Amino acid sequence: MSNQAECPRSLVIERVFAHTQQKLWRALTESTLLAQWMMSNDFEPAVGKKFQFRSEPKPNWNGIVDCEVVLVDPIDRLTYNWGTGGANSGLQWVVEWTLTPTMGGTHVRMEQSGFSPEQIAAYNGANYGWHKMLGGLERVIEELA
Amino acid sequence: MPAAADHVFKALADPTRRALFEQLTRHGEQTVHALTRHAGVSQPAVSKHLTVLKRARLVKHRREGRETHYHAQPDALAPMVNWLDLYGAFWRERFDRLESLLKRMN
Repeated sequence: MSNQAECPRSLVIERVFAHTQQKLWRALTESTLLAQWMMSNDFEPAVGKKFQFRSEPKPNWNGIVDCEVVLVDPIDRLTYNWGTGGANSGLQWVVEWTLTPTMGGTHVRMEQSGFSPEQIAAYNGANYGWHKMLGGLERVIEELA
Repeated sequence: MPAAADHVFKALADPTRRALFEQLTRHGEQTVHALTRHAGVSQPAVSKHLTVLKRARLVKHRREGRETHYHAQPDALAPMVNWLDLYGAFWRERFDRLESLLKRMN
């Protein structure tokens, strides 16, 4: 976290599950299993595969996440782009899953990072407004951790 | 994604708008004329960008005679902070669902 003090832009969620890594990989990469805990989807574990997560539309959000598989490294790593709000005007993130075997289970790390390079560049400004916002982000991330 | 956050992200995704917003946060209230001198684009273009920033509530304006003065509203950045909050809750819930799925799986 300390090296991100100037530029915190990702959300990390980690948990150890008392299940095998193979089982977790299946839950992450088999479309029907994925649908049971994420959202309905047309995911396939193939680099370059464009797919969608679909959920109930909500106010201000059509419920669709446009994704593209970036990396498939069975059974350790899986990465896809994550976009909301349409391809052109929308917001883009990267979701990265890392599975590591541990004592009695599997450590799962999800990192959602963003924003687009342009949005990241926005963080380079050093003034009151940005510092204030970054302070807020730091707090939120610390609370999440 | 709340509409407010969406507007803020889109408004700041553009380098010219970012520069305008930074200019206003650094140097306080300014007229469209003054902003145009720094922006390197035409005044109509600056006005258009300011409208986008206004919609995102990142800037406010007031009229004085024939001049429009703009000032920054850094509090409008709050939705970006809330974005992380929102997704934090989202992923935690998904992790819980993953946990119960794993129990059901063979």
